[in-house]
Amino acid sequence: MADYTTSEMMTVAAARMLGNGTVCFVGIGLPSTAANLARLTHAPESVLIYESGPIGTKPNVLPLSIGDGELATTADTVVSTPEIFRYWLQGGRIDVGFLGGAQIDRYANLNTTVIGPYDKPKVRLPGAGGAPEIAAMAGEVLIIMNQNTRAFVDKLDFVTTAGHLDGGDARKRAGLPGKGPTAVITDLCIMRPDAETRELVVTDLHPGVTADQVREKTGWDVRFANDVVETMVPTPNELTVLRALLKRTAEAHGSAS
Amino acid sequence: MANICTLTEAIGEFLHDGDTVAMEGFTHLIPHAAAHEMIRQKRRDLTLVRMTPDLIYDQLIGMGCAKRLVFSWGGNPGVGSLHRFRDAVEKGWPHPLEIEEHSHAALANAYVAGASGLPFAVLRGYAGSDLPKHNPRIKFINCPFTGEQLAAVPSLRPDVAVIHAQKADRKGNVLIWGIVGVQKEAVLASKRAIVTVEEVVDSLDADPNACVLPHWVISAVAVVPKGAHPSYAHGYYDRDNRFYTAWDAISRERDSFTAWMERHVLATMDWEAYRKLLSETGGTA
Repeated sequence: MADYTTSEMMTVAAARMLGNGTVCFVGIGLPSTAANLARLTHAPESVLIYESGPIGTKPNVLPLSIGDGELATTADTVVSTPEIFRYWLQGGRIDVGFLGGAQIDRYANLNTTVIGPYDKPKVRLPGAGGAPEIAAMAGEVLIIMNQNTRAFVDKLDFVTTAGHLDGGDARKRAGLPGKGPTAVITDLCIMRPDAETRELVVTDLHPGVTADQVREKTGWDVRFANDVVETMVPTPNELTVLRALLKRTAEAHGSAS
Repeated sequence: MANICTLTEAIGEFLHDGDTVAMEGFTHLIPHAAAHEMIRQKRRDLTLVRMTPDLIYDQLIGMGCAKRLVFSWGGNPGVGSLHRFRDAVEKGWPHPLEIEEHSHAALANAYVAGASGLPFAVLRGYAGSDLPKHNPRIKFINCPFTGEQLAAVPSLRPDVAVIHAQKADRKGNVLIWGIVGVQKEAVLASKRAIVTVEEVVDSLDADPNACVLPHWVISAVAVVPKGAHPSYAHGYYDRDNRFYTAWDAISRERDSFTAWMERHVLATMDWEAYRKLLSETGGTA
């Protein structure tokens, strides 16, 4: 029996992807947890930017909303929303965009808009937010999502945010400047795009997870790399820092941990 | 000089049926009190513009004030769905809602273009997204110098901007700090502007580069302490996360939503009376 949860494994695996000194545009929720774990462990010099305007923010507790006061008071500077999108993102100053999503397909395109037809949606999701331009402009994109067949689907009802579109050199043809998604980190595995086709391929399985489990939770016929490796288990330090962060956060927001 | 008056007077005089209204505040300084007053005064057929429609637009939509919504992200931050927004889009309740949907980058640029007196905004955006297929107001143009394809969206030119800020001086100059979002651009893009503030002071004592909106670009200033609740006002009070969670249950069903709005908003005279009731009921009754 492992002494960590699948959710902790996912967050730790995602945090490790963020190199020290990286300038990272952070989405709220799972990406924010992973990015701050990275900052508090191996990547103290990483620069975290949120779309609400804080640059170089070092929150002591995780924000519940994208514009919590904690992000502003611990930032190097706070700029306006237009400035964030114009000078910092469109200006090409972001190394990594860290995103979540409601649905993803085999080319790492994301849907956060609707389930069902756009004009008569079965489920109306929140919409694009900053994601389309973050995924377009950032040097590369990391995606963190819980894996199940409702989220990992064969065909998206709506492409909100372009990943690798229909594969190959589609990003280049569409005029998307950044490299696009370079890894998808889930509670079961890590997927990376194939060098040629850009289709997501399972490259790492988290300890104890089988290929069949991943197949069951993926809505397409998912491919595996020839040399799938096992993800390194979370270190005691990673777990201690993550749990302390979540505990501080729960206490600050007045919810049960 | 900005007219310093009550919120009831400000909405009554400067915000009319059929107006295009931009209420901004990026999870910070959200003008909740002003939204309640619009609901009390039964404004109708509004085009509501906001990058992040959250509780205030859920309330305005559910109470039948809106005919059209221009937005880029609609959710209850940190909690989940906006049930009244979803009900309007999915089932047409209380009546159908037209939507014009963008990305954050596009709306932020559209406000800048509006404030700059330009007809449209240009950005490197929307490439590969399905949004342009469903929103005819997103177009692509070519750079006249390099030929690069770029996205274009019409500038935002609302009739009225409504924002909340920390303080104003007695002339109506307004100081805003912390996460300033797109409020300055929204005010300068709009024909009229209504600002609620936490307090009026003799002197703003603002640093030279502080975000100050001069009194002569503002139509009315109303003092409404805690006027952003359950959002927060940096330096004054924190975000009330419990209210955002409670709103999920209040707004989930049409009946519970309507009953809550009738009791807390329609049956109260103003924000002060609402705040008093809320402290008695805990907001969940």
